[in-house]
Amino acid sequence: MLRYIVRRLILTGPVLFGILVLVFFLGHVLPGSACRALLGERATDAVCAAFDHERGLDQPIPVQFGTYLTALSHGDLGTSTKSSQSVGDLLIQRLPVTIELAVAAMLFAVTIGVLLGVISAYKRNSIIDVLTMAGANIGVSIPIFVLGLLLAFVFALLLKGTPFALPPSGRLTPGVSIVPLATSWGLQNALGPPRAIVDFVSNIYTLNALISGQWAVLVDAIRHLILPAIALGTIPLAIIARITRSSLLDVLGLDYVRTARAKGLTERNVVRHHGFPNAMLPVTTIVGLQLGSLFGGAVLTETIFNLSGVGRAVAEAIGSRDFPTIQGFVLVIAIIYLFINLVVDVSYAFLDPRVRLT
Amino acid sequence: MSAVIEAELVDPRSTSKGIWGDTLGNVLRQRNAIVGLVILIFLLLTAVFADQIAAYPPNQVLLGSVAGVKKSSPPCIHVLGCPDDRPQLLMGTDSNVRDVFSRVVHGARVSLFIGFATVGFAIVIGTLIGLVAGFAGGWTDNILMRLMDVVLVFPALLLAIAIVTALGQSLLNAQLSIAIVAIPIYARIMRASVLSVKESDFVTASRALGESPAGILFRRVFPNAVTPLIVAGTLGIGGAVLDVAALSFLGYGAQPPTAEWGSMIGLDSGKLFTAPHLVFFPGLALVLTVFGFNLLGDGLRDALDPRLNR
Repeated sequence: MLRYIVRRLILTGPVLFGILVLVFFLGHVLPGSACRALLGERATDAVCAAFDHERGLDQPIPVQFGTYLTALSHGDLGTSTKSSQSVGDLLIQRLPVTIELAVAAMLFAVTIGVLLGVISAYKRNSIIDVLTMAGANIGVSIPIFVLGLLLAFVFALLLKGTPFALPPSGRLTPGVSIVPLATSWGLQNALGPPRAIVDFVSNIYTLNALISGQWAVLVDAIRHLILPAIALGTIPLAIIARITRSSLLDVLGLDYVRTARAKGLTERNVVRHHGFPNAMLPVTTIVGLQLGSLFGGAVLTETIFNLSGVGRAVAEAIGSRDFPTIQGFVLVIAIIYLFINLVVDVSYAFLDPRVRLT
Repeated sequence: MSAVIEAELVDPRSTSKGIWGDTLGNVLRQRNAIVGLVILIFLLLTAVFADQIAAYPPNQVLLGSVAGVKKSSPPCIHVLGCPDDRPQLLMGTDSNVRDVFSRVVHGARVSLFIGFATVGFAIVIGTLIGLVAGFAGGWTDNILMRLMDVVLVFPALLLAIAIVTALGQSLLNAQLSIAIVAIPIYARIMRASVLSVKESDFVTASRALGESPAGILFRRVFPNAVTPLIVAGTLGIGGAVLDVAALSFLGYGAQPPTAEWGSMIGLDSGKLFTAPHLVFFPGLALVLTVFGFNLLGDGLRDALDPRLNR
């Protein structure tokens, strides 16, 4: 097991390096310069030369790449050419937004998706089954941006004034503010990685509010999270419901399930104790894959619901030719993606004793 | 019970109508696939006869040419009780006073073209890469597939945005970027098929008979991999339509005044609360298109995968 994990981690290296190379050189074929994108088209050549020199952008590309790798090995992701903030600080601000959104979307997708899938398989060919599967087919066909806008229309306009109304933009109602964990814990003067971690957790508003007991803020943050989570989670939900149903149906056709029925278990207990646990294996794979691909959908969700997360940060950075930001963010997204894949593969060995990782 | 036994006694050759006939029969036996096929035929007819169906040219500004027309006005259908003094507009007008219905109808052309062209390109390139990787093996295989891994690790939409930014914002570049992002899927399918067929006896036999590597690739290996490619391709078209629409929605794809559903929604999404029809109708068209391709793709998969035949 440990050997397997180590080998997988080693194999991740070349892929990450490939991503770095690709992002770096893709960045340098983007037309237009960071200087012109930032200072405007009328910036003089002399101004831009100084701008480039200051940031090392006048060096040959392989030299820049070397400089970047050296800094990276010291944990330095560079400085945004646009905001002059360090990319690490930007990540601490932006990544929690997307992680919170992705986790909320996945919670929604997994709970509802597995539930619907199990009910569909349990009562196959019933009206619930037919409706669920038709709904799943439509669910995978709705573009995130259309669903997001429709949700905003229904919950923020049509249901306005009712208890079901939900806010369509931002993370907190204007006027509501959340106390950073560093303040609640008296760590304002702390520095370095511990402070970064505290700030990171602090920016996951729901988690922060939960830990520090800011209940009114927690409710507000959750209310703001519902619509984006539904918009982002609907496609995974539909896929999970379908996989759960077909996987459970496969398992329920196996011999040991027939044995379980033959020894007189109720259908409910057959599904709960013999069918369900074994049907969850393919679902785990899909959950992992979907979690990785949520980052792409996050661009759209964040745009519609006005959340400043990772997806929008990268899209904006591409627009302003902010290479250090693009590189840093894409690298972190890729690491998260590869890590999720590894966790999924390893979790297989725990869920299914027949699987031996070699 | 006797019916089952009789069915087993029938010579399979007498009922078989060849691979394509059987496939068609299998597809048409699936309710979902038929619904998908009907939707797609409807869309295809809409696209072909867009000029005849649409009331106005898609980019015509109605202000001045049609009496009483207003900016971003909701749908007005006379039979449904809309006063006769207002012009009949099935889906209302957009913020540039163009007929939304005409634009949605013409959008079918754009989106079907997007779907087929994008996936077609991705399949051709992906297939070639997969064929070479699977057949050559060794280092070539390793390098090509690691390259595919790198592309897969990127969030597809972000990579597409970067590619579009590098190439310039246009519909064609958006399609190209979505195609590039989709290439690894087809490369993997093709490679897997090649690997499973490469060592089989009939390939060894062709090799012994002196068939050239290219001949083996295209006459022996390729036909055996077509089925999964068709299924993945059909399902991929829906995805490609979605992704290109998403790029257009964000402003990286189709540029105004092209009547493309994603960009129509993107341009008028700010008017969601005052003129929801501007989002609703192009959105409905998008859902219908993707829904059609997904249903047909599922049906094809069930029909073409012999392991699923029961």
